[in-house]
Amino acid sequence: MTAAAHRTGHAAGRTGPPRTRSVPDRVRSLLLGLTGLVGFGLLLEVLARTGVVPARYLPPTSRILTELVDSAASGTLWAAAGNTVLTWAIGLGLAVAAAVVLGLIIGSVPLLRAATASTIEFLRPIPSVAWIPAAIVLYGPVRAGTLLIVVYAAFWQMLVQVLHGVVDVDPVARDTARSYRLGPIARVRWVVLPTALPYLVTGLRLAATVALILTVTGELFVGTPGLGAEILRASAGGAVATTYALVVVTGLLGVAANLAFRALERYLLSWHPSIRREVPA
Amino acid sequence: MRWADRSVALLRWLLLTATLPTLLVVIWWYASRDSTHFLFRPLSDIWAAFRQTWLGPRLVEDVLPSLSRLGQGYAASLLLGVGIGVLIGLHRTLRALVEPVLEFLRAIPPPALIPLIGLFAGLGDTRRVVIIIAGCVWPILLNTVEGVRAVDEVLTDTCRSYRIRGPRRLYHLVLRSASPQIMTGARQALAIGIILMVISELQRTDRGIGYAVEEFQTSFRYAEMWSGVIMLGLLGVALSLLFRLADQRVLRWYHGVRATEKGGRQ
Repeated sequence: MTAAAHRTGHAAGRTGPPRTRSVPDRVRSLLLGLTGLVGFGLLLEVLARTGVVPARYLPPTSRILTELVDSAASGTLWAAAGNTVLTWAIGLGLAVAAAVVLGLIIGSVPLLRAATASTIEFLRPIPSVAWIPAAIVLYGPVRAGTLLIVVYAAFWQMLVQVLHGVVDVDPVARDTARSYRLGPIARVRWVVLPTALPYLVTGLRLAATVALILTVTGELFVGTPGLGAEILRASAGGAVATTYALVVVTGLLGVAANLAFRALERYLLSWHPSIRREVPA
Repeated sequence: MRWADRSVALLRWLLLTATLPTLLVVIWWYASRDSTHFLFRPLSDIWAAFRQTWLGPRLVEDVLPSLSRLGQGYAASLLLGVGIGVLIGLHRTLRALVEPVLEFLRAIPPPALIPLIGLFAGLGDTRRVVIIIAGCVWPILLNTVEGVRAVDEVLTDTCRSYRIRGPRRLYHLVLRSASPQIMTGARQALAIGIILMVISELQRTDRGIGYAVEEFQTSFRYAEMWSGVIMLGLLGVALSLLFRLADQRVLRWYHGVRATEKGGRQ
């Protein structure tokens, strides 16, 4: 479960050697997890069927699942999900590219880092949703409007991690590279990147989560096509079961993203000797 | 350090900190001075709008209600997240049982829940606070679970040997060990909370900063709209500074340990 230990924290430095778990142990927790999922679904079903929660607020799980299967067959769901994923991917890509380039430049020049620190600290906490009205006026209900807020939010998450990563480079390694007259590109490849990679991957994961949240926000409030817009339409039309089904889809999307980024993390950092220290954004 | 050295260092710090922001504001001021663009208004107009809008009654009527809802939602998230997180973190079977459900619920982008929360909680203040809780609770909860799970085994055994149990064990061992990670979750939750504070006010509200900014936008008062964006920025910065102070207080012991470790390595 090193991935879980990786996930966050200040605290990772204290974690001891990873606890290995036997196979029956893993099967057991898998079964328990499945039981939990099924139990959760059943609980909601019972709550809805017995009328503890009125069915017009919470349809039975079985109806939500039927609705999910129906809309999956019809194709509109796939189009909406495709739109959401596309906006999300473009936004994340732009933000990450800009943050990595700027972060490498700012991080490698101490004077630049010191001079920009206060500006970054001021711009970073500005909630990206503050741009929603401006995005509506500037772009209207098209993808660019949502991209503005997605890129703004994801950029800072990533930039801060890149800066931490570049600063963390071991001075001895840096001096060695200088002695051997490594050029700027070689220095980035062999000295900076290995140190900064864990930070980059963390930044990527945090940025991806935030980017998904803001993609859906943009679809809901700017009106960009996607799952958020479908949710709004379904709920405005009183199609409660459809709304729930769409929310489930956004959740599945989020889970898929989490799993993908954790797999990427394991793949990229398989060489990494210790559990890394992660600087929270 | 000599007095002269210290003042040179202070001057250097001041210069480095203030130069770029000042430069940016000055450039903005002069570049926008003669702007006639309908959206990009001169900074002087925005500044005038800022003073008129936010240093007046709106501070009490819009900013305070927003902050109070954020405070309520955030406090409730901390209580729920840490409470349930400790419970789940301490029981292995329970953890295995609920982990997939939590992973799923956490992965739902909180704004997607807004229409559903509207069904249950109506359209009043409760709804807005619930929206904030629905987003803030997950980072706190999951970080608490991880923090509690990773409690040092030697410390656990020591507590057992000394028969430290019950509330004392909870406070001195479990919460203390998990606190750095709980604070990490709390920091992520604050950022999400501010986002949700704004968007919970975007539709069908009567008061709040998000509402005010949206109202300015729909009534084409763009200087006021930008002043609202600046107000939100200032709030974001102020809250993150406040959090940093709280973090330094709560985790003083931890930052001390880290500093010693770092010093020892070099």
